[in-house]
Amino acid sequence: MSEQTQPISLTVNGERFSRSVPVRQHLVDFLRTELGLTGTHLGCEHGVCGACSVRVDGALVRGCLLLAVQADGADVVTIEGLDATGEIADLQQAFVQRNALQCGFCTAGMLLAAAELLRAPARQTRAEIRRHLSGNFCRCTGYQSIIDAVAATLERRSEGGGGRG
Amino acid sequence: MAEKAPFDPFARADSYVGRTVSRAAANAAVAGRGRFTDDVVLPRMLHAAFLRSPYAHARIRSIEVEAARRQPGVALVMTGTDLKRICTGPWVGTLACFPGMKSAPQYPMAVDKACWAGEPVVLLVARTRAEAEDAAQLVDIAWEELPAVVDKHTALARDAPVIHAGLGDNLAFRRSIDTGEVEAAFASADVVVEETFEFGRHTGVSLEPRSVLAQYDKATGKLTIITSSQCPHMIQRVFAEMLGVPDHNVQIIAPDVGGSFGLKIHSYGDEVATVAAAMQLGRPVKFVADRLESFVSDIHARENAIKARIAVKRSGEILAFDLDVLSGAGAYSQYPRTSVFEANQILNITGGPYRHRHYRARATVVYLNKPPSSQYRAVGHPIGNAVGEHLVDQAAYRLGIDPIEMRRRNVFADDAYPAVSASGIKLKDLSHQRCLEVLVERMGYEALRQEQAHLRQRGIQRGIGIAAFIKGTSPGPLGYYGSGGAPISLQDACVIKLEPNGGVICAVGVTEQGQGTNTIMGQIAATTLGIPIEAVRVISGDTDAVPYGGGTFGSRAAAIGGEAVYQAARDLRAEILAIAGELLQAEPTALDIVDGVVVDAAGTRRLPLAEVGRICHFQLGELPSSLQPVLSHTRRFRLQEDLYIFANGVHGAYVEVDAETGFVRLIKHWVVEDCGRLINPQLADEQVRGGCVQGIGGALYEHLIYDAAGQLNTGSLVDYLVPMAAEMPDIDVAHVQTLSSVSELGAKGVGESGTGAAPAAVMNAVNDALRPFNARVTAQPITPESVLMALGRI
Repeated sequence: MSEQTQPISLTVNGERFSRSVPVRQHLVDFLRTELGLTGTHLGCEHGVCGACSVRVDGALVRGCLLLAVQADGADVVTIEGLDATGEIADLQQAFVQRNALQCGFCTAGMLLAAAELLRAPARQTRAEIRRHLSGNFCRCTGYQSIIDAVAATLERRSEGGGGRG
Repeated sequence: MAEKAPFDPFARADSYVGRTVSRAAANAAVAGRGRFTDDVVLPRMLHAAFLRSPYAHARIRSIEVEAARRQPGVALVMTGTDLKRICTGPWVGTLACFPGMKSAPQYPMAVDKACWAGEPVVLLVARTRAEAEDAAQLVDIAWEELPAVVDKHTALARDAPVIHAGLGDNLAFRRSIDTGEVEAAFASADVVVEETFEFGRHTGVSLEPRSVLAQYDKATGKLTIITSSQCPHMIQRVFAEMLGVPDHNVQIIAPDVGGSFGLKIHSYGDEVATVAAAMQLGRPVKFVADRLESFVSDIHARENAIKARIAVKRSGEILAFDLDVLSGAGAYSQYPRTSVFEANQILNITGGPYRHRHYRARATVVYLNKPPSSQYRAVGHPIGNAVGEHLVDQAAYRLGIDPIEMRRRNVFADDAYPAVSASGIKLKDLSHQRCLEVLVERMGYEALRQEQAHLRQRGIQRGIGIAAFIKGTSPGPLGYYGSGGAPISLQDACVIKLEPNGGVICAVGVTEQGQGTNTIMGQIAATTLGIPIEAVRVISGDTDAVPYGGGTFGSRAAAIGGEAVYQAARDLRAEILAIAGELLQAEPTALDIVDGVVVDAAGTRRLPLAEVGRICHFQLGELPSSLQPVLSHTRRFRLQEDLYIFANGVHGAYVEVDAETGFVRLIKHWVVEDCGRLINPQLADEQVRGGCVQGIGGALYEHLIYDAAGQLNTGSLVDYLVPMAAEMPDIDVAHVQTLSSVSELGAKGVGESGTGAAPAAVMNAVNDALRPFNARVTAQPITPESVLMALGRI
C-alpha cells in the first residue's frame, strides 16, 4: 500500500511550516522526525504518560493523541519554544536547583503541564499541584521534588506579582 | 605540619563531597535538549519492527514472509531461523555459582516454537516504523497452540506441560540454607507466627523504552551501537559474542538514558536481531520498543509466593526464621544474569537486620510461559523485607511489644561488626540502632501513636509501619557474576587526565541514567585534586572513550566507580605536585593544590594548574630531561573478599485505610538510611525518594496479571497502574553516615534502598490500621479489593 499524505500548514514555536504528512502520523512523530524537535518525547503513545505534552492553540494536548493533519492551521508550542521565550525560565531554574528531574524523559511534559498552573499564578496547595500533575508519569523522582519546584515557583510569582523570573 | 597530616580531601572546608551540587545535564533536560537514542538520526537509517508471538506457548508450523518482503519500503524480513543461521549459538542463562541450575538454549527470536506471548518471531526492517509494521501484518504464520504453564504453584505438578522437553521438567533451580536446629528453636519458642505471602509480577516501565540504533561499517568491520544501556561493556560482549564480531571492534554508546532501574542491564533478543539486520544490510537500523511491546518483552520481576514463620521468645528475642520461596521465572533464564537472583536474594536478606542464629530457607524457581524475569531495582529485597518485617510486627503484636521496641531488642548492635547473619552473609559498618533512634525522632513516633489512637476512637483507621532493612550494594568479583562465569566486570575504573589549560577530563566505566553519577564523580575528582568543579568534565557511556567496567547496576556506581575516581585523582595530584616541586624547587610533600593552584605550606599561591598543563604539554623544555610527565592516570577498584557492601536503614510509613472502600491513603513516609559517605546529599535523597515510590507502586498498584492461557491482561499503562503524583506522599529522608571500611571514599550504594524496604513499611502500616478488625493483607499489590476481602466485606 502506498502512504496516503495530506498537506498541512501550521505554526510551531512561532515559525510557519508547510509540509505534506502521512495522514496516520501523529503530531509528535511529525515534530520529532520532520522538524527535528526532539525535546518532546513519546512514552506510551496511548495518552497516559504525558511525556508528549505540547501546547496547541493555547491548550495542553497529548501530542500522541492528535494527528499531524489535525494540527493543520494550529499554533503549536513545544518545550523548545517555551525555553526560547523565557516564559518558564524561573520554573526551569527551580527544576534544576531542586533536582526535579533525573533521567529527563518526562521533564518536557512535566514543564508544559506545570506551565498551565503558572499562567494563572495563584497559591496552590501541594495536594492541588499533585492533582494537576497527576497526568504526567515520572518513574525516577517520586514526584516530591517536582512538587517542591512548582510550589516554589508559584510562590515566587505570586509574591512578585506574576513576574517571569 | 601539613605534610605530616594524612591526605583527607573530604575533610577540607572547600570539599565538594558532602555538598549539594546541581547536575549540568539537568540544564539540557529542562530546555528540551536531552539526547536520547531515538533522537539520533543517521543517514540512510532504517527502522525495525517485530512480529511477536500471540500465544504463550505455540509451535511454529510454517512462516510465509514473501508478501511482506514485497511491501513498499521493506528492506529486510528475517525469521528466527534466518537469524539463528548468523548467530554464533544460543544463549544459556545459567551461572556456575548456582549449582544444579538448568535453562534451555535460547535464540534471539523464536525458532521452532514460541514460549511466551510477546516473544519476537519475525523482524521487519523498512524505511519507516509504520511501513515495517504494515509489512508485519502480511506475515502468515501457521501456529499450533500448546498448553501453557502459567501458574507457578502447578508448574512442577506431575501432569504439568513441560516447556522445554530437554530439561525434563519446569524446574530452574533449588537452593536451601539451613543453620541446623531450626525445629528445636521453633519448639522452644513462646510465640510462632506463620503466614503465606504472594507477590505479583512487575516490570520496570522506564519512561524511555528500550532503544537501539546499530550501524556497521563493512569496510573496517566496526560495529557502532547507540543504545539505552546501563552496562555498555557487558552489552558490547553480548553483541560481539552473539554476532561474531571481535569485542574491540564494537563501540557501544549510551547517550541520555531515560530511566533504567535494572531493566537496561539485560540482553534482549530483539536488540540482537536489530544489530544483525544492520550488519546484513550495511545500513543503520533503529529499534525503539513501543509501550505495548515493552510490557511483553522487557524484563519482569518479583513473582514469588512465600510461606514463612518466625519463632520468638516472650522477651521478644527472635530465635529463628523459616521460609519456603516459590519463584515464578519466565520461559528462559535471562542470559547472562540468570532468573534466579531474586529468589537467591530473598534467602540471603530476609531477617537480615536481626541477631537470630537459626535460619532455614528454601527456594524453588520454576519456568513459566511468560517473559523472562531477572534483576529489577532492589532484586529480592522488597520481598524478603516485606516477609521478614511482617513476621516481626505480628510477633511483636502477639507479645504486646511496640514494633520499634521489638526491633531495638533484636537488631545487631552498632558496635557488633563485623558480623555474620544467620543466612551466612558478612555484615560490616552498619548502624541499625542509630537509624532506629533517628527514625523515632523524625517521625515523632510517640505523638504519632497517640494521634493514631485518638483517630481510631473517631472511626478513622490509620496505621504506622516500620521496616528495618539491609541492602546488598556494589557486588564484588568473588560473588555471583564473577565466580559464576558471566562476562560482567565487577571492577570499575577511571582514567583521569590533566589538559593543557589545567582542566581535567575524567572518564569512568560506571554510567549515568539521571541519578547524577557524572556529577558525583566530578565532585570526587575536583575535591581530591583541589580544583573548581567547573574544571572537571566527566565522560561516561562510550566504550571507545572510557576504561573497561561493569557500568551501573546493583547500586555500585558511587562505591566502586567513585573509589576508582578518588584513587586516580590522588595519583594525578601526586604527579602534579611532583612536577610542581621540580618547577618550584620545593619538596612535593610540602605543596598542596587549592582552587586549581599549587600552594606552598604557608598557603601562598605558587603555580596555577594551567601553568603546569601548559609546560607539560607544550613547553617540555622547561623540565629536566629525566622528567617525563604522563598526566593521565588509571585506577581500578574492586571488592576483595566481600560479596557486597551492605547498606542499612529503616523506613516508617503512615497510612489511612478506608474500611468502607478498601482504599489506602499514604499520608507520609520516612526513611533513615546509611549509605556511608554522603557525596551529594540532594542526589542521595532523591534516589531514596524515587526508589520509595517505585517500591510503593509495587506494594499498592503494579501488577502484570496473566490469564490461564498466558495472555497478559494488564499490558498497557491504562491497565498496569504506576504511581502518579496525586497518590504519593511526601517522603522525609535522613542519613546516618557509617563509612564503609572497604574503601577510602567510604561510600555504599543508595539507589535501591527506597525500593527495597518501602513495600514492607507500607504493608506493615496497612496491617497496623487493620488490627482493630483482626484482619491482615499479605499479598502485594495491596488492592482495595484485597483490603475489603481481608475485612470480610466482600
